Amino acid sequence: MNLIALDGIDLAIASLLVLALAGLSWILHLGIGRQMLVASLRTTIQLLLIGLVLKLLFANVHLGWVVLLASVMLLVAGREVMVRQQRRFTGTWGYALGALSMFVSSFLVTILALTMLIEAQPWYTPQYAIPLLGMLLGNTMNGIALSVDRLTQLAWQQRRQIEAQLILGYDWNDAIGDSRREAMRAGMIPIVNAMAAAGVVSLPGMMTGQILAGTPPVEAVKYQILIMFLIAAGTGFGTVLAVWAGSRRLFDQRQRLRLDRLRRSA
Amino acid sequence: MSAKESVIPRLNVRDLSVHHIGPVELSVEKGECVCIAGPSGIGKSLLLRGIADIEPHDGEVLLDGVRATTYAPPQWRRQVGLLPAESAWWLETVAEHFTTVDEQQLQTLGLTTSILGTPVSQASTGERQRLALLRLLQNQPKVLLLDEPTSGLDPENTKRVETLLQIFRQQHQASILWISHDPSQIRRVCDRSLTFNGRSLTEQAA
Repeated sequence: MNLIALDGIDLAIASLLVLALAGLSWILHLGIGRQMLVASLRTTIQLLLIGLVLKLLFANVHLGWVVLLASVMLLVAGREVMVRQQRRFTGTWGYALGALSMFVSSFLVTILALTMLIEAQPWYTPQYAIPLLGMLLGNTMNGIALSVDRLTQLAWQQRRQIEAQLILGYDWNDAIGDSRREAMRAGMIPIVNAMAAAGVVSLPGMMTGQILAGTPPVEAVKYQILIMFLIAAGTGFGTVLAVWAGSRRLFDQRQRLRLDRLRRSA
Repeated sequence: MSAKESVIPRLNVRDLSVHHIGPVELSVEKGECVCIAGPSGIGKSLLLRGIADIEPHDGEVLLDGVRATTYAPPQWRRQVGLLPAESAWWLETVAEHFTTVDEQQLQTLGLTTSILGTPVSQASTGERQRLALLRLLQNQPKVLLLDEPTSGLDPENTKRVETLLQIFRQQHQASILWISHDPSQIRRVCDRSLTFNGRSLTEQAA
């Protein structure tokens, strides 16, 4: 089966749908029309750029280039996690919490998959390494952003209850325990739902892409299962790590709740 | 009582500054009840939060001559128990917030054991206020920091709270720092009365 290549006109027609949606949101006063247009423009530019970068990378396979691109992806993802918080941590913690958690979870899971499961030669072959890391980072970013946002919101809303427990001699770990568990669940629910619905309600994007590109469905399915499991692990471990570190940051050495370490986003 | 015990106060506050208030010097003897009065918003609650080590502060607080920083924070807060002006509850029923309930204390407060099984949301504000005191006394703190413990209570329940605290003080030789705006209550319950102006505590004439 040959790949049916898309041309500019095909993409232009698809973009009309987004324009129509932006128009509808303007008519309905949803206040999201401009954001939608900017986001679709960003999608177009970012994807065209990454297409060119990947083309260059595939032609010049070198670990240094792969690490450089992966680092850029991580830095951008760290910023995305930070800006999605309604109450973000002040100082470097605001950025580092998400970025470090994603680094530990996504990078470790990607390296594990590349070296032990996919076993491409060399293991950092960009054709496998970059898309895999991209999918992991994207999903982990969502999980971490959701869960840390939930944690800080809960800590703010439940501050009196948390302090009441500290006052009665509870450990910080127990006082924030319920909020932390809820935040972790919030971060993991999307991937659990995605796994539960995969193949029945939805055909995951990567599998669909491979099938459209001519890969036999069973091969595409095997890759998709692998990816789903990796994403679940990356998101889950990243979420646990970020929420745990975030919850610790909410307390100081004397186990006082330090909401002054959060600031409301503009 | 040995000479050493007689010179070490139960609670000693040295140069305590919490945010904009202080530095405060304060000493409370074993079994003594000290009232603190002062205008609303001057920082009395903040002072108690600093002593309970729930608020960042400068200076130091000592319990029986031992610095607060020597204790693990939960241990300190069990010994130096703070009762905030508004109680907070995090579980569904009243009973879930208690490990043990002293029925005698419950009766002194005019409550019965039936209230333990009720959801916190169904308890009245006054009941919750009294239950919060009972919950704090479970830890048998050596020092009680009470932030207007009877505000909003009717005279009968105010009397019950005062009685329970008096009994607890006698039984455990507990020291009490009691924020109150009621001059008659101050006369009834306190050995000493201080006024806080946001910077320092001044002794009031008896």
